[in-house]
Amino acid sequence: MNGSMTVLRILPEIIFTLTGVAIMLIDPVMPKQASRKPLGWLAAFGALAALIASLYQYSLPVGTAYFGVVQTDAFSVFFHVLISGIILVSALVVLDAVHPDTESLGELFALMSFGAVGMLLMTSGVELLLVFIGLEISSISTYILAGFRRKTAKSPESALKYFLLGSFATAFFLYGIALTYGATGTTRITDIAAGLATSHALPIAVVGLAFIVIGLAFKVSAAPFHLWTPDVYEGAPSPIVGLMSTAPKAAAFAVLLRIAYEAFPQLQNHWMPLLWILAAVSMTIGNLGALRQKNVKRMLAYSSIAHAGYLLVAFTVLSTDGVAAASFYAVAYAVMNVGIFAVISHAGGYEDRLTLIEDYKGLAYRSPLLGGVMAFFLLSLIGIPFTGGFFGKFYVFAAAIHSGMIWLAIIGLLNSGIAVFYYLRVLTATYTKPMDSSPVLNVPRVSAPLCLAMALTVAVTLVLGIIPGRVLSMARHAAETFPVFSTQQTPVPGTASAVMAAINTKAR
Amino acid sequence: MVPVSYYLILSAILFSIGVGAFLIKRNIITIFMSIELMLNAVNLSFVAFANYWNQINHQFSGQIFVFFVMVVAAAEAAVGLAIIIALFRTRKTLNVDQVDLMKL
Amino acid sequence: MNGIPNLHLWLLPILPLAGFLVNGLFGRRLPKALVTAVAIIATAIPLIQVATIVARFSSLTLPHVERVATWISAGPFHAGFTFQLDQLTMVMLCVITGVGFLIHVYSIGYMAHEDGYWRYFAYLNLFMFFMLTLVLANNFLLLFIGWEGVGLASYLLIGFYVLKTSAADAGKKAFIYNRVGDFGFLLAMFLMVQHFGTLDYTQVFAQIIAHPAWQGGFLTAIGLLLLLGATGKSAQIPLYVWLPDAMEGPTPVSALIHAATMVTAGVYMVARAHVIFDRSALALGLVAVIGTATAFFAATMAVAQNDIKRVLAYSTVSQLGYMFLGCGVAAYGAGVFHLVSHAFFKALLFLAAGSVIHALSGEQDMRYMGGLRKKIPITFWTMTAAVFAISGFPPLSGFVSKDEILYEAFISPGGKILWFVGLFTAGLTAFYMFRLWYMTFFGKDRTADSEIMAHAKEHGHGHGIHESPWVMLIPLIILAILSVIGGWMGWPAGLGGNEWFTRFLAPVFNTAGLSMNPNVIHAPAGAGSDHLQLILAIVSTLTAAGGWYIAHLMYYARPELPELLAQKFRGVYRMLFNKYWVDEFYGAVIAAPVLFFSRFVLNFLIDRGVIDGAGFTAGATAQGFGSLVARIQSGNIRSYAGWLAFGAMLVLVVTYFVFTGSFMLH
Repeated sequence: MNGSMTVLRILPEIIFTLTGVAIMLIDPVMPKQASRKPLGWLAAFGALAALIASLYQYSLPVGTAYFGVVQTDAFSVFFHVLISGIILVSALVVLDAVHPDTESLGELFALMSFGAVGMLLMTSGVELLLVFIGLEISSISTYILAGFRRKTAKSPESALKYFLLGSFATAFFLYGIALTYGATGTTRITDIAAGLATSHALPIAVVGLAFIVIGLAFKVSAAPFHLWTPDVYEGAPSPIVGLMSTAPKAAAFAVLLRIAYEAFPQLQNHWMPLLWILAAVSMTIGNLGALRQKNVKRMLAYSSIAHAGYLLVAFTVLSTDGVAAASFYAVAYAVMNVGIFAVISHAGGYEDRLTLIEDYKGLAYRSPLLGGVMAFFLLSLIGIPFTGGFFGKFYVFAAAIHSGMIWLAIIGLLNSGIAVFYYLRVLTATYTKPMDSSPVLNVPRVSAPLCLAMALTVAVTLVLGIIPGRVLSMARHAAETFPVFSTQQTPVPGTASAVMAAINTKAR
Repeated sequence: MVPVSYYLILSAILFSIGVGAFLIKRNIITIFMSIELMLNAVNLSFVAFANYWNQINHQFSGQIFVFFVMVVAAAEAAVGLAIIIALFRTRKTLNVDQVDLMKL
Repeated sequence: MNGIPNLHLWLLPILPLAGFLVNGLFGRRLPKALVTAVAIIATAIPLIQVATIVARFSSLTLPHVERVATWISAGPFHAGFTFQLDQLTMVMLCVITGVGFLIHVYSIGYMAHEDGYWRYFAYLNLFMFFMLTLVLANNFLLLFIGWEGVGLASYLLIGFYVLKTSAADAGKKAFIYNRVGDFGFLLAMFLMVQHFGTLDYTQVFAQIIAHPAWQGGFLTAIGLLLLLGATGKSAQIPLYVWLPDAMEGPTPVSALIHAATMVTAGVYMVARAHVIFDRSALALGLVAVIGTATAFFAATMAVAQNDIKRVLAYSTVSQLGYMFLGCGVAAYGAGVFHLVSHAFFKALLFLAAGSVIHALSGEQDMRYMGGLRKKIPITFWTMTAAVFAISGFPPLSGFVSKDEILYEAFISPGGKILWFVGLFTAGLTAFYMFRLWYMTFFGKDRTADSEIMAHAKEHGHGHGIHESPWVMLIPLIILAILSVIGGWMGWPAGLGGNEWFTRFLAPVFNTAGLSMNPNVIHAPAGAGSDHLQLILAIVSTLTAAGGWYIAHLMYYARPELPELLAQKFRGVYRMLFNKYWVDEFYGAVIAAPVLFFSRFVLNFLIDRGVIDGAGFTAGATAQGFGSLVARIQSGNIRSYAGWLAFGAMLVLVVTYFVFTGSFMLH
């Protein structure tokens, strides 16, 4: 393999790294009083370049690089595009929400870029060591970002909670890797399946898998590992919450998909019930918890727990459709969540002027544009047709029922019925006439970067709802990269697909 | 020679002590140290497994893993301590039970 | 092009959508006249197009399918933006564009002085878009999108008067009850995907017809779930409670959405999916039973209402029950026929009621009306036509279509009870409609007691009782004519007609699969006769006359009677007045437990539960009871970590049981 190709396989990561480094270098030499917003534009352009690079990666042949630790295939590129896109929109949202003289603004943009590097490595890493490092890069960046308003009382508390509990969960994840390594003799995701086939210590592998699932379940805030979510979202700056409720989760879901389907396909009878329970519990706790929230960000935190549950439903499907549905839902959820946080960041501001649902009373009268976009994303979160939210859910539940998970789908549908209540509460508040003392009267004018961010997210949500065909085929293409599902070539003995074939014949 | 299972049991015990300390201790720094203990317990497992696999098929990537874990733990410590300082500045406390402004 | 004409069906929904976009995005800045023009044109052109399609309808090969775009062809299902035209769709198109256009025109006058004029017309056009999509769809997914979309438009329009909390609540209620129904519809779709691998009408139905052995079983499951969806949208038991509250919206909206079109979507869906219902005696029987029960109970509730629009709302629920009854005895043609005639007379009733309310500056309580016959004569005469039509007096449209349903029920096996309840309900219908008629237009003028009118006068925008402008009256007159003559197109054979309407729809409903199931309660051939039909018609006319007579007695001849009866049958009256306490019951049985569990999740599981659950935390510290209580605070990192550890233990336990093989989900 020639050298240039090797570099191309981590091109988006390189772009993000260079962007981050450039911001860190420029920041100190800028005059003290000068606005740091140009650095934000730099971060946004970096993300745009990474997005283009990710799209370019679709043209690369499937393959690995750097001693086989990173792999570019339709799956990793799919998530590369998603994560780069989220960072792009988030940079625009931050640009809109912050004051030019916000403290250490340059670092904030640099941390976003660095965090993105970690997330991208998580999705393309096929060596657990790299996945672990990627996870830590992304986690550490988000820990800092959560505590960025360090003069306030809530923000450092949110960072501390996130940090301590996150490290706690990471330790479980790491222990899981160690046990897997012990049982199979390898930490390479692509080799684990073969290692399992000859392993004498299957119980250890099972425990290792369980610990890995625990660590990742924390990152995607699946119940009962969700407790940090509402507190952290409440305390962290709103524009950052939009980022950290989507991109790291998408990356963690990608890792979970890869590990479940590529490393442990033989153990599907073990992880499937586990994820079944996590899905059911997450949906239920998320929706019930959200019902009574007064704080919008906490409500959306619980809603994100519920959405993690919907996404986990797709994991139990055990087919191409399952992986494709999970990937599609990750996109749909990420786009609408980033979108709604764009509105909240603008209306509430970096300083959280508006916190309660009450405070949003009359937003639509103060600014019909913001109100309309807010309403649109709430409807998408509810799952109204012609939005990505509807189609994502439809695909997930259709796939679930198709594979016989009828009860799980019923639990999910009941839950999405409950969800209507709390989303409508916000929607109703938005369209209630404001009182003279209403805090929404101070909502600033909508700026150009916000317009761009909202236009992008609204457009993508509509595309996902009306003409999902293209994204859907990309998601299915991504799913087919897992050897378990590849039907083209006959299974090579000892590989995962051979094992799966054996399992399937036995099942029949 | 000490069998690999001994190391694994020790590692599991250390890990459990780390989990227990996290739940029991109140000082944020101590809680932080218990996380380090958990990580090091994992490192012990890695080394033990690396030794085991080295004898079978010369796969000792576990040892390399340990180096990276140590580096990552150091980075985490740097950030963690910074967060703790930021918190201490606004709250004047290191008791984790008093860091509960946000609830329900 | 292969001899198949291109009708450009896509234009039908796209124009209202364009109207919605123009008015929704720029309406605020546009002059009122332009907003009106956009909205009216966006509905007038589809009406003209429908008229041209009608003109060339006989030359088409049906069903006529037009593929607009490939939509999704991946995963377990395939669906396209494909529109389909057959006799059933044609009928629905005529109703929607026709009545829809008239109500747009009427709205110009009715909404003239309202804030948010542009918003109103934008929503109304949005509704037209989704409703047309709903009936034009050729697969269940596209149908569902229209289905959800009309629900959304209805939510927006019910909550149109944003300043009224009750309006916002009613909007929410409608939305949520519809979601319950949608839950059924979605599950039904998923089951269809699982069993047929497609959601296209033609393919699904072809598969069922090709497998005569499929009886009941999963088809019953699909049928029941579809029925749940239909009960939500069409306001049937058990999900009817949202419709009366939906009267908070502007009156033309009630006429268009909550009487003529959207609420009939459930009937349309059952008729459309008749191939499925035909194979399941249980599902079809339940359609009939639910329809009959709803017709009856809603009629009893209408008797005790004083708000003119609420009487009409319960009457709508009741009439929709008749349509379900028609479908439930496999007389889908009769059900759809009643849908059409109901669209005429119920839209007219609402618009006339709107005209009354308009005349009285917003008063809706019939106790403060009376004697309006002379003051608003045109409204009175058109309303009279509608009242006679809905009560079922020949030869008006309501008589023809309701009688056909009752006749079909009578001749269906075991349908005598359904017929009897339906007949009794017809009497009730006549009673409460004439009650409304007398209370509004006859007797003493009680408008002086109205606080709303007094209030309006005080503020200077009140004006004397006056007839509405012509832009409102002309739609009333057109609908009145249709209410009178609309039934003639299906004049029953027993009375010398040729039942053109039912025969027109017959190709849709007489599919090959229909005759294959002996279990389904189809009327056996030759069960009825022209003679029998004539007798039944006379019986039901007499029943209606009886209802009229009692109403005449109670509300005209001896107006002190109602009070006396209410005193005498206090319990019954209170039960009816409070609508059987169904709302309260739902609140206690559904909403309260959900809220309780929510509180439980938040308070107990997260705070106290963690200490209990991870008991070792408390035990190991041995800090005494005081600190235990102190630690029962929320927001505590260690309690969160305790939960994490507890979750980890749970995961390990599950994994263990899975490993030993004693835990299986399949």
